[in-house]
Order: sequence, then structure tokens, then C-alpha cells
Amino acid sequence: MISRRSLAAAAALATAAGLLAACAPGSGTGEEETTPAEASEVSTDLASLGEVTLTVWDQEVRGGQDEQMQRLNEAFMEEYPNITIERNSQSFDDLETTLRGALTGNEAPDVVQANNGRGTMGAFVSAGLLLNLEPYAEAYSWADRFSADVLAVSRYSEDGVTFGEGNLYGLPQVGEVVGVFYSRSALEQVGGEDELLEGDFDTFRDVLGRAAEEGLTPIQLGNIEGWPAGHVFGPIQAQHTPAEAIRALGMGNAGASWTSEENIAAATELADWSASGYFNDGPNGTDYDAAWSNFASGDGVFLIGGSWLAADLQEAMGDDLGFYVPAAADGTLSTTGGTGLPFAVTEQSPNADAAAGYVDFITSDEAMEVLADTGNMPVNRTADLAPASGVNADIYAAFGEVTENGNLLPYLDWATPTMGDTLGAALQNLIAAESTPEEAMQMLEDDYSAFTSGG
Amino acid sequence: MTAAQPSTRERPGRRRARWWRPWLYLAPALVVYGAFLLYPLVRSAQFSLFEWDGLGTSTFVGLANYADLVSDPGLRAAFGHALVLIAFFALLPLVIGLAVAAVLNRARVRGLGLFRTVVFVPQVLAMVVVAVAWRAIYAPDGPLNAALTAVGLDQLTRAWLGDYTWTLPAVGLVGTWVQTGLVTVLMLAGMSRVPTEQYEAVRLDGAGAVREFFALTLPSIRGEIAVALTLTVVAALKTFDLVYVTTAGGPGNSTTVPAYEVFQRAFRTGQVGSAAAVAITLTVLIFAINLVINRIVEPKESR
Repeated sequence: MISRRSLAAAAALATAAGLLAACAPGSGTGEEETTPAEASEVSTDLASLGEVTLTVWDQEVRGGQDEQMQRLNEAFMEEYPNITIERNSQSFDDLETTLRGALTGNEAPDVVQANNGRGTMGAFVSAGLLLNLEPYAEAYSWADRFSADVLAVSRYSEDGVTFGEGNLYGLPQVGEVVGVFYSRSALEQVGGEDELLEGDFDTFRDVLGRAAEEGLTPIQLGNIEGWPAGHVFGPIQAQHTPAEAIRALGMGNAGASWTSEENIAAATELADWSASGYFNDGPNGTDYDAAWSNFASGDGVFLIGGSWLAADLQEAMGDDLGFYVPAAADGTLSTTGGTGLPFAVTEQSPNADAAAGYVDFITSDEAMEVLADTGNMPVNRTADLAPASGVNADIYAAFGEVTENGNLLPYLDWATPTMGDTLGAALQNLIAAESTPEEAMQMLEDDYSAFTSGG
Repeated sequence: MTAAQPSTRERPGRRRARWWRPWLYLAPALVVYGAFLLYPLVRSAQFSLFEWDGLGTSTFVGLANYADLVSDPGLRAAFGHALVLIAFFALLPLVIGLAVAAVLNRARVRGLGLFRTVVFVPQVLAMVVVAVAWRAIYAPDGPLNAALTAVGLDQLTRAWLGDYTWTLPAVGLVGTWVQTGLVTVLMLAGMSRVPTEQYEAVRLDGAGAVREFFALTLPSIRGEIAVALTLTVVAALKTFDLVYVTTAGGPGNSTTVPAYEVFQRAFRTGQVGSAAAVAITLTVLIFAINLVINRIVEPKESR
């Protein structure tokens, strides 16, 4: 007679085996091979679509960002009373974490803000979760409205292998540019503003050296999160490495190398800055938010950061705050930047026409005015809508100059799904002199080449 | 099943207990347990055999994820950090908790109840809240450095969460702060269980406080020690929120822990198979360590 215990064990084993044999991960998650929705029939007549509810997931949670979103959503629903927007807003970090689950679930949102990089938009495209917006781009003439460079950072090949070319998968609302914020009063102690603005990167280095000698904090950096140093490294790298190589590295396309002489020179410069005391004490142990608020309260000559900090900094510093992008030796401006998170339409969305119409609406020329009104930097009509004075005048001008005559370089963590982590750790090592420039660049090269060769 | 079957029918009066009856009573609990614990566990084990980005189709890779786990120095380091945290979450609180409880137990101080509550408070707070507070304490211009400067120890000040040598101990000390209260309360409970006559007997034999502690108190509370170690070691190994909020694994990778790697791989970097392999390994490790603790510390049933 079979003992009960072994019977129970056998039953448990059989159940486990049955479960293991059941669907492999990723094979049965409601992918009923949707017929490609006869994409030729796109409708731009939103009023004729009947009663539609659009679910929109965004990360526009901060002051002016949230306000523009609310105003645009209200305007949209007023114009198309048949369409209701159901907005779900969460922080950038939360959205990054939850979007994967949401897109593979049974009730995906219609419109989502997906980060441009490989880890987010790239992964979604290669898994077939985002709608190819090319037919809508044609219907709405988006190529006339957006510059090719801006559209490029939302383009992927159909299989997701190439980033920067191919089909369009989203549209951004705002532009972003990383540059140098400075405090006019602190700068006066170590050099003139005119000297800085007319000079090149060498001038910037000189001023940093003088600030360190004077006992000031040359640059505020809060790098406990790891990624903030990437925004400091980007402009330095732009001075050393050809723009095309940085684009390949930042977009995770094959054909470049992190261990090139130029990149090692850039890494060496960052390490030197740290060794020379150009940063506050213990940047790796300082919060990002603490660093910019220290700068805002008068500690530090410079803060290297993105245009998104302008509103908060200006509120605290007023006219004392300036912004510029250091020129290269040949006079061109090259720096990290790009667009805000693009709004994409999900493949699962049953309301693709309404969703695409909504994306068109919140990125329209009129929407750009709302964005500028609420303190955001619109990605289009930037020069038109630039304020007459204040730090945003400087930033809008810098963004215009960089996109039109210089090089707007991709964020380096876009390159591979794991590059955010790798870059953060490598730069922390570099700043703490825990690894040599060669070792740090090798760490990045390993991540990059494993991804590009693995395709 | 066997030839014995018909006999059950013939003797209704003596109703043999049917073997499945206890299972019937257990069924509701088992269904819940199975659906929310066993099923996810089995699925995780299954996922750990695949390479999957969490979105598209998956590839069966056998034990490759486990092989990576052994060969990846980053992951090995994460498990190493978890072991270091055991010292801070379990051993240090045990030593402090025993000492504090022994003193309190002997001294019979006034306001003991209040003290118990106070030392227990960190247990009640959400770890995220604790972590945010300690992140502020450890900040370069935070209270800890200010205090060190105030007493003339300027040379000791540093960016505690950005220092390759000190960050892991700094994070670990937060664990010590949280767990000590729990351990103290557990130890006090154990000590109060020891009959006072035994203490009188030991004292009559001329034992001092220290002898008394090692000869009588410590052996009497083995059970409580086992409970305390089990709870705190599990807490150390599954640490996630503390690391996530204070350092995000940095600087470099000097404070990553397995649970943080699981989260990072599964939800951020699209390595679900690898995340599952780490999770399963961590589960096995927690089981193994607890088994050892209970073998060593738990009093034998015959005693």
C-alpha cells in the first residue's frame, strides 16, 4: 500500500511539474496575435469616434509640469466632449518600475510616457508593445512641426535593434539641456561673467581652479543616486570625444568604444576635478536635491545640471542665477540633452485614433504656449516663446543654439537596459578614486559591448 | 486501492477516520497558502531557468542564471554584503540586547515598562521612514558630522553614505538600531520566566552577576535567543528598503544586497530570469541559515 505521505509528496511533485510545464514566461500573457489593426485606416476626426475613455499614464508630477498637463487635458476634453481622459500620474521612478507590468497586463493604458532609452522604449518596441506612429506622423504632418533630431530620439527600428532611426514611437512635449548654472555673486569673486561667457572650456577650467584656491565650492554635486554625475560627465565628454562616437555610445548602437583615448581623457578630467577639490565634500554621499538646494542657498559657484532645475533655482536665487553651455575650442556648443519623456501609444490600445489625436493635441503649437506659460521649456517654438529675461531666457537660447548649430548629445544611460546602474557605479568609483579612468571606462565598455554584440 | 477496502463499508459503527478528512479542514488555508506562496515560489523557480526581459518571449537557458550568479563578482559581493549585515542586524543587537536585558532584569528599575516601549519603537516604524531619517543623519552636513565636530573629532567626519569603507557599516548600524529593541524585549521576557528561586540558589552558591548570567540566565533563554536570531537574520538577509532608500547600492556597488538586486533586475533592467535565480538562492540561503540556528540554539526537546 502506498503510504499517504508519499502519495501527498507525489501529488505535490506532479502539481509542480505541471506548473513548470505550463506556459513559459512571456508566452501566454494575453498576446492573442492581434491582427495589425489595418493601419492604413487612420482617422484624425476625433469628434466622430463616439464615446471614448483614454487612460493616460504620465510622470508630470511637479508644479509647472502638473499644471500644464491639467490645463491641456481640460482643453482637450472641452474640444472633444466625447473623449474622457483618465489620468494616472506618478513619479518618474515609479513609472519606470510599474510600466513593464502595466504594458504586459490585460488592460494596458492607452497613452504612456516611456523613457527614450533601451531599457524602456527600446525594450517595449522589441516586445511589440508600442504602436508604430508613422501613419499618424504622416496624417498630422509631425515632421513639419518637429525637428528631425528631436524625432530621432523617439525612433527605433521595428525589431528595436537600432535606436535613432526607423519608426516613430512617441512625441515629447519639452526640451531638456544640461549646462552650467552659475551664481553671479559667487562668480564675481573669481572672475567676470563676460570672461566666462566669451571663453571656451579652458576658461571654465581656469575659473574652477581659481574658485578652489579661494576656498569656495567650485561645483555642487550630489551624487548619492549615481546618475547625477552622468550629467557632469556628459559636457566634459563632449569636449573630448567626437559627437558621432558619443551618439553611438549613448544610443547603444554598435561602432564605438568607451575605451577610446578620448573617453579616457574625459574620465581622467572628471577624476582630476574630484582630486583637485572642484566638488563639495563627499559628493557620493550627498543627495541630489541637497546639492542643488545648497547651491541655491549660496554655497557654490557652479552647478552642472539640467534645465528642469531652472524653475526651482530661479525661485530661490532670482537674478543671481545664470546658465550657459561652455563652447568647445572651435566655438560649437555640445552638451547632453534631449527631450522630455515622449508620449507613446500602446499596441493594445483599442482607441489608437483617439490616443494619437491626444498626443498630437498635447504637443501642438498651441500646447507649446501652455508649456512655456507654466515654466516648462517647449521642445518646439523655443525661440518664439522664450521669456525676455531671467534664467529661462538663457536656457531657451542655449537649447536653440545647441540644437541648431551645435550637438545635442544623448543621455549616456539610454544605451543599454543596465547602463544606468553601470554608469552610476563607474562614475562614483571615478570620483572616489576607487578606480582608474581606464578601469571605469572598461566597466562601461563591458556593458556596452555585451549589449551591442548580443543584439 | 487494496483488498482492505470493502471492510470499511461493512462496519459503519466503527467509522474509520478517512485519511482525507484532516485535509478537508486544512483545505481553505492550503488553498490560500498555495495560491499566494507556493504558486509564486514554483513560478519563480521556473522563471529562474529562463532568460526573459519581462516583456517579450523567453528563452530556456537551464541553470545558466545560477552559473552567472556564481561567476558574477557583483552578485557574489551582494551576498557577501548580506552576510556582513547579519553581524549588524543579528549579532550586535543580540549582544547589546542581552547586556541591557541582564542589567534591567537585575536592577528592577522603575519605569521599566516605559523603557521597553522606547527601545521597541524602531520596530514599529516603517523601514522607509527609518531610512529617510538616517539618510539625513548621515548627510555630509547632517547631525552626525555636526556632533563629531562639536566634540572636536573633525577628522572623523565624512560623507557616511558615500564612503567606500564606511557606507556598509553605516547602513548596518541602522539595522542594529532597529533590531536591538526587539531583541531586548525578547530577552527580558525570557529572563522574567526564570524562577526567582533559581537565582536565589545561584546567589547562595556565591555567584556574582557575571557567573549568574552565564551559568543560569543564558542557558535558560536559549529558546528566546533562537527566536531573536531567526527574526533578525531573516531581516538582515531580506534587507531591501533600507538599501534602496539610503544608498541605492552605492557608492559604486559597495552596498548592494541580494534583495536589492532582485528588484533591480526584475523591474528595472529587464533580467527577470536572473532576478528569479537570485531570489530562489536567497530563499534557500535563508532556510539553511535558520535551520542551522535552530539546530544550534534551540533547546533539545528532551531537556
